[in-house]
Amino acid sequence: MEPSGRTKWVASILVVGYALITIIPLLWIIATGFKSPSDAIAYPPKVVFDPTLEGYVNLFTERTRATEETLAQVSEGATWYEAIVHDQGMVIAGPSRYGERFMNSVIIGFGSTALCMILGTAAAYAFSRFRVPLKDDLLFFILSTRMMPPIAVAIPIFLMFRSLGLNDTHLGMILLYTAVNLSLSVWLLKGFIDEIPIEYEEAALIDGYTRFQAFYKVVLPQAATGIASTAIFCLIFAWNEYAFAVLLTSGTAQTAPPFIPTIIGVSGKDWPAVAAGATVFLVPVMVFTILLRKHLLRGITFGAVRK
Amino acid sequence: MAEVTLTGVSKSFGSDTALDNLTMTVPDGSFVVLLGPTGAGKTTTLRMVSGLDRPDSGRVFIGGLDVTALTPAQRNVAMVFQQYSLYPHLTVRENLEFPLKSPQLKTPQVQIDRKVNEVAGILQIGHKLNNRATELSGGEMQRVSIGRALVRNPAVFLMDEPLSSLDAKLRADLRIEIKNIQARAGATFLYVTHDQIEAMTMATHVGVLDHGRLVQFGTPREIYENPVSIYAASRLGQPRINLIPANLFPGAPENATEIGLRPEQIKQGEGESSLVQRVERLGDQTRLHLAFKDHKLITVTDAHTELKPGDIVPIRPQNPFYFDANGARIPPRTTT
Repeated sequence: MEPSGRTKWVASILVVGYALITIIPLLWIIATGFKSPSDAIAYPPKVVFDPTLEGYVNLFTERTRATEETLAQVSEGATWYEAIVHDQGMVIAGPSRYGERFMNSVIIGFGSTALCMILGTAAAYAFSRFRVPLKDDLLFFILSTRMMPPIAVAIPIFLMFRSLGLNDTHLGMILLYTAVNLSLSVWLLKGFIDEIPIEYEEAALIDGYTRFQAFYKVVLPQAATGIASTAIFCLIFAWNEYAFAVLLTSGTAQTAPPFIPTIIGVSGKDWPAVAAGATVFLVPVMVFTILLRKHLLRGITFGAVRK
Repeated sequence: MAEVTLTGVSKSFGSDTALDNLTMTVPDGSFVVLLGPTGAGKTTTLRMVSGLDRPDSGRVFIGGLDVTALTPAQRNVAMVFQQYSLYPHLTVRENLEFPLKSPQLKTPQVQIDRKVNEVAGILQIGHKLNNRATELSGGEMQRVSIGRALVRNPAVFLMDEPLSSLDAKLRADLRIEIKNIQARAGATFLYVTHDQIEAMTMATHVGVLDHGRLVQFGTPREIYENPVSIYAASRLGQPRINLIPANLFPGAPENATEIGLRPEQIKQGEGESSLVQRVERLGDQTRLHLAFKDHKLITVTDAHTELKPGDIVPIRPQNPFYFDANGARIPPRTTT
C-alpha cells in the first residue's frame, strides 16, 4: 500500500530531524576549524563568527615566537598564510608532521582495506563454492576472532611485533588491521557470493573460460556491490582505529588519530587546529563512500536466472 | 561435430544415485532426446558430457577422445541451461559475444559481429541487442541463452529444456529453427525435454532414462511402437497409453498382468461394450473418455463424432502391448 501524504510528511520530519541531530557535532567540528582560538572557547558558544584559516595554517605548520624586529623584517612580501602566522606574533619554522601522519593513515587504511578485500573475496569464494574440509568449523573460528575486542590481545601483539621488528612500521599496521577486519569481510562477502547463482560460472566454464577467468569476468562484477560495502566497513575501522595506533606506532608509521590530539600544543589550547585536523581527516572516508555509493545503492542484480 | 559416448558412467550425490552405470552412444550428427521424469538422470547426463560434473566411475568420450579428465572449456561443448543463466551485468550483445571472445576461441570482431547478428535474426532478438540481460522477458532470456550456444560451432550441443518457458508459437518456430541448424551444420545434439512433440519431431534417437539407467534407446518411432516396458511406453503418446489388467480382454499371454492400449490400439465398433463418460473436442481430434469394467480409458475418435456422454461404444484391443508383473514387455507372438 502506498503510504498516505500525511505519513510521508511525518516520516520526512523524523528523518530530517534525526539527520540534523547526528550531523550537528560534525558541523560543530567543521565550524570550529574556521574559528579563532578565542571564538572556539567563547561562552555562550558563537554560531556566527568571523571565519579564519588560522586553524588550518597552524595545523600544517610548525611555528616559533619571533621578536617585533624579526616580524617587521619578514612581513615584507609575506604570503597569506605567513601573514596569518605573523599576526600571532610568530614565524613559520617548517611544515608540521600532520601531512606525514595523514599519508600514513592513507597508506595503512587503504593498504589494509585492499589486502582485506583480496584475501576476503578469495576466502569467501572458496567457502561459498568449494567443498572445504571442516568448512563450518573454519567459518566459526574466523568469526570467533571477533568475539572479544581486538585490543584485548594488545600485549601479545605488542610483544610479537617487537620481536618481528614490526613495531612502528606500515607493514605491521597493515597486517594488523587486515587481521582484525578479515573475519568481517569473509563473512559479509560470503553472504554476497552465496547470492550469486552458480549457473553463471557454469555457463562461463562452458563458454570456454577457466575457473579463474569465470571468477574474474562473471563473479567479481556481480559481487561489486558487496565488495564495495564491505570495503567501506573495513576502511572506516582501519581509518578510525586509535588504540593500536597509540600503542604500536610513535614515529614513522604513526597514523593521524593518535597524532591529532597532540596538535593542541604546549602553549595555549589550539582547538581550531585540532578541529581542522579532524575535518581534513574526515575527507578521504567521505570521498571513498561517495565514490562507492553507486554500488551501495544499485542493489543486487536479480532476475536473470529463473528460480 | 562429433560422436559422444558414455561408458559405464555412475554418479552419486550423497546417498542419491543420479546415474547408475550408464552406457550410451550419441552418433555423430544425431539429435538425441533424453526422456524421463524428474530425477531420472537427464540433466546429470548433460553435466557429465559438459564436464561440469565428473563421473564417480566410467568414461566420457567426445569424437573418440577420452575427455573424462578435461575441463568444460577444453571439451568444446555448448550448453543451454534450464535456468537461463544470462550474465546480468552484460547486454544481450555482450552475452552473445561472450563465448566467442573466450580465450579458447578468440574470434576476430568482424566474425563476432556477423555471427551475433545472424543468430539474433534467427531468434528474433535483433531489436534487443543493446538491452541489459535483466531487462528481458522470460522468453527473450531463454532465446538469448539458446543464442549463446548457437553462435559457436561446438563438438556437441547440450540443451536442458531450452524451449520450456516460451509461448506455443515461438516454441513451434524455434523447434523448426533448431532442427534446421542441426540438419544444416550436421551438429550433434543431446537434448532434454518433457515435451512429447519436441521429442517426436526433433529427435533422430530417443534415450529413455529410469533412475539413472538407460532402459531403451532408439528412434522415436521404435520407442513409440515397440516399447520395452510400461515405463518406456508411458514416456510417449498423447493421450497417454491406457493400462488395464490383462484379463479384462480374452487372448492375453499367460504371464501377462497388464495390457497397454494406445488410442490406435483400441478398435471401436466391435467387441465389448464401454460407456462414454466425456467427449473432449480438441478441434483436429476428439478424445473419448470411456468407462470399461470399472476402468477408465482415454482414446481418440473421429473429430466430428456424434457420440455423447451416456452412449455405449463396443471396443476391442488391436495388436496391444502385454506387460508382465515387473512391467516388462512380453514380445508379441510372431504367428498373430
